[in-house]
Amino acid sequence: MRDFIYHAPTTIDEALALLEEYGEDARPIAGGTAMVNLMKQNMVLADHLVGLGKLPGLRGVSQTNGSLHIGALTRHREVELSPEVKAHSPLLAEAYSRVATVRVRNMATVGGGLTHADPAQDPPPSLIVLDAHVVLTSSKGTRGLPVNDLFVDYYESALEPGELLTELVVPQSPKGAKTVYLKFLPRTEDDYATVSVAALATVENGVCQEIRVALGAVAPTPIRATAVEEALRGQQVTPDAVRAAAETVADQVDPLTDFRGSDDYKRDMAVVFTRRALEQVFGLAS
Amino acid sequence: MTTADALYTVNITVNDQHHEVKVPARRTLVDLLRYDLDMTGTKETCSVGVCGACTVLIDGEIAASCITLAVQADGANITTIEGVANGEALHPIQQSFIDHGGFQCGICTSGQIVAAKSLLDSNPSPTEDEVKEWMMGNLCRCTGYYQIMESIMKAAK
Repeated sequence: MRDFIYHAPTTIDEALALLEEYGEDARPIAGGTAMVNLMKQNMVLADHLVGLGKLPGLRGVSQTNGSLHIGALTRHREVELSPEVKAHSPLLAEAYSRVATVRVRNMATVGGGLTHADPAQDPPPSLIVLDAHVVLTSSKGTRGLPVNDLFVDYYESALEPGELLTELVVPQSPKGAKTVYLKFLPRTEDDYATVSVAALATVENGVCQEIRVALGAVAPTPIRATAVEEALRGQQVTPDAVRAAAETVADQVDPLTDFRGSDDYKRDMAVVFTRRALEQVFGLAS
Repeated sequence: MTTADALYTVNITVNDQHHEVKVPARRTLVDLLRYDLDMTGTKETCSVGVCGACTVLIDGEIAASCITLAVQADGANITTIEGVANGEALHPIQQSFIDHGGFQCGICTSGQIVAAKSLLDSNPSPTEDEVKEWMMGNLCRCTGYYQIMESIMKAAK
């Protein structure tokens, strides 16, 4: 690792001032599971690291007006085990529990994970179907951004220089919604997904009402499968309709060939796992 | 003006002993333990937080010391493999690894023991599935997983 200057601000204002002062030369670091690896591999060459570990008030889970508020420094493990998260959005607890290992989940933070913007991470597809948004804070103020709009490209988020992700907000799911997160792991249990799918659906009298589907690891960013949703919304839920809708995902994904599989294989698996996810949320799974 | 080669003071408690150490910002926690404190029980193997050999407890929770910066651990309470035994008396989990052949070459063992002890401290009677889930991130290239499982299950109450 190259030498760099480390800052340990004790207030958010101090952290924001440092990020603004050093601009592109500074990167924030929280749990470090991504940043230290990137620094070791010289994939990030920051002259300044702004350590967020001592910032107060950014760790923990609370609820306001039915929405779950998760501080950016909350650890993955804390989200996974939180009784409040499990009761409010079990899908979220499940998605965070699937990240790497207990040891990594003890370290990695919610804000760090999301801003790392790795398209293969577990939480984003679930956060997208849960209609979650993040709160971004800079010295100019705060703004909300849907998680669906947070990812720009491989490892690139929509954060402006000088902005910090300070909170994740998850609204209540529609009444009667069924959710699922499927992670295809042909290699090892602690691996990144080869393909992942999250889905949320409500059905009334056999007709699909609300349907949200998002995939990870199949494109430069997590993607929302809008064609799948359009094919099903307002339609009678049948095995044939689900099969046909899942097929449409093939045109929406843009996977990379790597040691987890070829692009063609991942495209096929995206269809298979989308179909399985739909069968589960519609209660069609055998 | 701080320069990139500046040294930073890290106040750290390791196995109940307080240390004040001056390190460059790029010093990892595992290197602070091994080179600054001469505590070589903690091993560095993969260096990317995947293999579990460098497992220590940071404020009571298992963590990868190879991808933790020493400056991030300022003010933290660390437990390493050196803090598991009580003087010369081995901890029951250490004795169980000996009794049940829970190691071969030994390079992963410090991490295995620290992780297993942490599990049993919080969950004294885990199921096999709970042990597997917890220990999933501790790799053994000698592939002695059955003996590691047995060592932990036998040490459990």
